[in-house]
Amino acid sequence: MAARDTFAAVVSFVAYGLLLALVWVRLAAPDVALTEAAIGSGVTGGLLLAASTRLRRTETPAAREKPGATLRLAAAILCTLASAGLAAIVLLLPEPAPTLAPQAAANLAATGLGNPVTAVLMAYRAIDTLLETVVLLLALVGTWSLAPDRFWGGSPGPRHHADPDGVLTFVAQLLVPIGILVGIHIFWVGSVAPGGEFQGATILAAMWILAMMAGLVGAPSVSRRWLRLVLVAGPAVFISIGLAGFAMASAFLAYPESHPKLLILTIEVPVTLSIATTLALLVAGPPERGAQQ
Amino acid sequence: MSAVTLYGLCGAILVGMGLFGLIVHPEPLRKILAFNLIGGGVFLLFGAVARRGAAAGFGGDPVPQALVITGIVVAFSATALAVALLLRLFQEIGRATLRSDG
Repeated sequence: MAARDTFAAVVSFVAYGLLLALVWVRLAAPDVALTEAAIGSGVTGGLLLAASTRLRRTETPAAREKPGATLRLAAAILCTLASAGLAAIVLLLPEPAPTLAPQAAANLAATGLGNPVTAVLMAYRAIDTLLETVVLLLALVGTWSLAPDRFWGGSPGPRHHADPDGVLTFVAQLLVPIGILVGIHIFWVGSVAPGGEFQGATILAAMWILAMMAGLVGAPSVSRRWLRLVLVAGPAVFISIGLAGFAMASAFLAYPESHPKLLILTIEVPVTLSIATTLALLVAGPPERGAQQ
Repeated sequence: MSAVTLYGLCGAILVGMGLFGLIVHPEPLRKILAFNLIGGGVFLLFGAVARRGAAAGFGGDPVPQALVITGIVVAFSATALAVALLLRLFQEIGRATLRSDG
């Protein structure tokens, strides 16, 4: 059990995520493929890589706590049973397969959108998306509350001092403007083509992380008022328009028949900004420096 | 056997592998990794169900696909919180272990 094991496992995990993204393309789910590549593999991978580097010297002692052969055998049997059960379900799925695709297609025109997945996320099941943005915020609140007292309200992560003439700074200067454009594009085409606010927001978040790592911009103090405003803007606009649904179409998160797309865009723009900021700050972690910035 | 069934079976195997890693690996970071493996397997099962529901000119049922997108983001939030907890534990006691004694 060499010390580099967990690091290697995380690198494999990133490769696995990219392969999984290809599987999603094969399963005719390009929206999911983009999300998997961006969040499931990319941002999660970055987060775990950083953590594995910091925890490297704890690995050897932890490896000694490996469970005995009996427990391992029992676990293997249990997991084989779980896999076998799921495999049986896959093989015995009902024929013909139940589907909501016809209903989604029938109402697609009414939403003004061309991408059925975006229509599900922003119209049919908008409540899921609303709750999801709240879950992201709650995770960030949880992460921030892990800061030691002396760094309360300070800046997340270590201060990055990249060589201003180094490769990282150069790549960041080159990539960040292009990446921001790609992120906005992916967000914008999401209404008619694969893409959407989560995928676009992740790319924007990655560009911010890159700029912070290269030292082009400093990590802001988490107590900054503008930062807090950007973070809550998305869910706040989402909930407001949801409540306005009572007046406009007599239900929470119902859109009026005229201009549903305009309302959806009004929600999506602040939600994208909020998600991008939340993702980047989740990767940055709890405050580790004083509040002066 | 169709390709969709094959991917569904891959999902089932991934869940088992993730579950095994979650139980057997003593290092918390490996447990978090295994947790993500289980997630990937469950999402793949959803993907197989979605692909089977292809109708009305769509390559798959958009409802489970959208659920998976939501799921991936929520799994990331949970992972980020777990990593933050783990790093804080390491900062506090200088070790990264889930053992209650010593």
